[in-house]
Amino acid sequence: MSTADTPAEAGASASPEPRHGWRLFSIWIVLSVAACLAIWFAWYPHMPPGRMSDSAQGEQFDIGVLAVSAAPVIIGVLLYFIYAIVVWRARPGDDSDGPPIYGNTKVAATWIIGTTLIVLWLFVFGTVQLVVPAGAGAGEGPSPIFKLAGTQTAAWSPGGNDMLQVQVIAQQWAFTYRYPQFGGMESTVLDLPVNTPIEFHVTSLDVIHSFWAYKLGVKADANPEVDNVAYTTAKATGGFIVRCNELCGIWHGAMYNNGTVLSSTAFQTWASGVQAKEQTEGVLAALPTYALTYDPTVIPQLGKNIVQVDGITGAAGYYYGSGDPVTP
Amino acid sequence: MAIEIQPERAEPTGGGPDIVGAGLPWWRRFGVHTGLIGAVAGYFLGHWLGNFLGGGYDRSSLADTNDVAIVLGYAVAVIGWLVGLGVLNDLFLMMLGKPVREEPRLLGIREPGVAKYFRFTLDHKVVGIQYLYGMIVYFLTGGLFAMAIRSELLSPTYHLMGPDQYLMVVGEHGTMMMMMMSSVILGPFGQYFGPLLIGSKRVAFPRLEALGFWLTVPAYFILLSAVLMGGFPTGWTGYEPLATQATQGEDAYFFAFGLMGISMILAGFNMIVTIINYRAPGMRWSRLPMFIWSMFTVSFLQVLAVPVLVGACFMALMDRTFQTAFFANQLGGSSFLYEDLFWFFGHPEVYILALPGFGVISEIISVFCRKPLFGYKVSIAGMLGVGLASFFVWQHHLFDSGINPDMRPLFMLTTEVISIPTGFIFLVAMGTFWKARIRFSIPMLFALAFYFNFLIGGISGVFLSDVPADTTEHGSFFVMAHFHYTIMGGLIFAFFAGIYYWLPKMTGIKLNERLGKIQFWTMFIFFNTTFLPLFALGMMGMPRRVFEYARNLETLNDWVSISAFCLGVSVLIFVINFVMSVTFWREPEVGNPWRARSLEWQLPTPPPPDNFRRVPVILASPYDYGVPDALPVADFNPPPGVIGSAYAPASGRVEG
Repeated sequence: MSTADTPAEAGASASPEPRHGWRLFSIWIVLSVAACLAIWFAWYPHMPPGRMSDSAQGEQFDIGVLAVSAAPVIIGVLLYFIYAIVVWRARPGDDSDGPPIYGNTKVAATWIIGTTLIVLWLFVFGTVQLVVPAGAGAGEGPSPIFKLAGTQTAAWSPGGNDMLQVQVIAQQWAFTYRYPQFGGMESTVLDLPVNTPIEFHVTSLDVIHSFWAYKLGVKADANPEVDNVAYTTAKATGGFIVRCNELCGIWHGAMYNNGTVLSSTAFQTWASGVQAKEQTEGVLAALPTYALTYDPTVIPQLGKNIVQVDGITGAAGYYYGSGDPVTP
Repeated sequence: MAIEIQPERAEPTGGGPDIVGAGLPWWRRFGVHTGLIGAVAGYFLGHWLGNFLGGGYDRSSLADTNDVAIVLGYAVAVIGWLVGLGVLNDLFLMMLGKPVREEPRLLGIREPGVAKYFRFTLDHKVVGIQYLYGMIVYFLTGGLFAMAIRSELLSPTYHLMGPDQYLMVVGEHGTMMMMMMSSVILGPFGQYFGPLLIGSKRVAFPRLEALGFWLTVPAYFILLSAVLMGGFPTGWTGYEPLATQATQGEDAYFFAFGLMGISMILAGFNMIVTIINYRAPGMRWSRLPMFIWSMFTVSFLQVLAVPVLVGACFMALMDRTFQTAFFANQLGGSSFLYEDLFWFFGHPEVYILALPGFGVISEIISVFCRKPLFGYKVSIAGMLGVGLASFFVWQHHLFDSGINPDMRPLFMLTTEVISIPTGFIFLVAMGTFWKARIRFSIPMLFALAFYFNFLIGGISGVFLSDVPADTTEHGSFFVMAHFHYTIMGGLIFAFFAGIYYWLPKMTGIKLNERLGKIQFWTMFIFFNTTFLPLFALGMMGMPRRVFEYARNLETLNDWVSISAFCLGVSVLIFVINFVMSVTFWREPEVGNPWRARSLEWQLPTPPPPDNFRRVPVILASPYDYGVPDALPVADFNPPPGVIGSAYAPASGRVEG
């Protein structure tokens, strides 16, 4: 850790007697090194959001590096203030003023250069971490520029590098998932294959929601009429929870469901099974044609225009007639 | 050079007009009671008009009224309130061709008693006191809502409130606090001490200033009126299209926030012109107190950023009432437009909240370190830099929103760059503490806590600026903890520092010191025990504004709730201290208890009606502590030739 902008150094150059500066500097070095080591080796492996996917790993790495970068700064500033409070407090009965120091160009320049270097380092690091792991799990809108490598295929099969497309449809107050490579079948649980590039297409039917698969390190807002793309690759099997992360109405707090990362073959079996079941039961035929966005006022659910808004042709917000239940 | 446009009177103290109408009993003069009558009458008039015009827009069977009637009711109620308050009296007189009363801004302050605080009084000292009480009421109301939120979050499954009530409480808390915070320092201390610190007898636009305060009153009641209509489900951000879908409470939110926006613009505009034009001779830019520099920067932010909010609120109200489609994706509008407009205001707003805190604290540390402010110019650069950069960072609120990702590295950079000028503020503080003689008075304790809290708030902000880390943190309790550290831990601590520091000057009364210390320590400790765990909660996956959360987070949430109640008690201690000290104990403090150099403390307490008997000539910086042969900060009785020749090149009469 070499942060040039420490208060200790600032002190050292401002002082005619460098004792304070060196004392602060040595305490700071010891504490910073200890804190950084502790953060990196003891805390970092357990930091959120874990290592279930590559984007989660990237975020964990980022948070770890930021913590290591921040610790010396926090320690430096706090140490300085504590030192000042202890050493430079006015003793009882002392009415004198302090020395009139109006500034010190060297100290100020050191501080400014130091903070600028830290900022530039964080910017370069953050940009690399954003670009390399394909947008870091964040929603990139309809035309993503940080893309994940994977083959776009009409039908997904395990083993290769086929990109699995999953559409996340948010509405008040539930998530539905569609798998276009499996006949556009729909599911209320999000099952995913491990070690496969996954492309989420997040959209909404009514208001803004946000698709947050915490353990996968994926977060993308669901906007009506917008296709928001996010990437990830799951690295371990197991369960995870999807929560809505954008205030979307009264049951926002209850809007979550579960997902599982399965092995590729298990996922293939599950998805084909659901597809076949929905095929035979006629669900697939009743679903609207797969599209990147949907207009809820014209969704032909079960073959009928059931969303009728009586007599109102105006702005948004009329997805529910007055007869609709207040609670789902 | 600053210009004093009020000609010197031959007899400085005895001058000024008689109190017009002072013989009338209070209920026969304009005041809050007539304002209230006007507001009620205006509401019913507007409501009737709305039903008349927009009866066909009835859009929800959940309420028996339409939005047009509600919004017009609010609008006409505000106009009725202002007319009833007498805001437009002089305007009416001018329209009728009658002479306007002389020097109306001095009318109120000469009045004895408290009646002047309940009237449209034009003196900036009266407006400052009005703001002080008004903002404390705002703060306590918002705080009660916060207590309700934490009560609900005591259990993940057992609910004290329904989900709609919970969102109502969350929205009221957030909006009330945001509306209050933007004025909590600029209002009381900016209005009161702005002219005193620059050596002016008055502000530039006393009517706009007073109007700014009197708009915060209807804004408060209109925002609260949402409770009567079931609240609003959108939180303080009011995101579309949820806001269009919401019931009538949302109208109250948009109208109140827009109204507060207008108040902020007026206050900022007045402050800018006052600071530029009304500085005393010798009050160079390089001698301006840091508090004034912060007010100056904040005012620019308000004047430039807040109109965007007012516009967004207006467009949203149009969407809700006359069924335009600015923000409806299905009809060619864009919900991103609202997000962009809101945050284009919202991020400068965050610094509208932070910068006054920097200003107050900079004043205080210099006085209690008994040292000049270290790096005065660095400090100015920090404030101006933060102010300027704050316009270029707003998209970091939208990293996951689905806007095109091209600009993400840029907004990551600008957001991180803003920490450089913020770092200047810390450099200035640390330099000032170097070899100081630190006095731990209550304002200084709050100042120290400010730096502690703001450090944590600022560093956590860097975590949020980083796009990959933000994917986890965005919209979670981490963000919530971050901005509570900067706003409550920063601004509110600075506000309390300001109260303890300046109340003796404003009222001639000092707050009880023992209770003050108890308040400080409880507040500092419980603030941190409340909000530090929220970082962890956010990192562990708890989104904001939920009333149900994962069961494994219950212990931590209970800890936070109990700490929050203790934090509430510490605010209660302040209220007790304030009420008792100001009303009953009244321990006088009329001197210069802090031995401060700055201009306001050289005046008698309370300051005379027109602040300075004669316009002072500023001789030195307010921060020259420890300089053996330092000049006094100002000459309060300059030789007659000074003004009007070398220092004030022009003078003219401008209607007050």
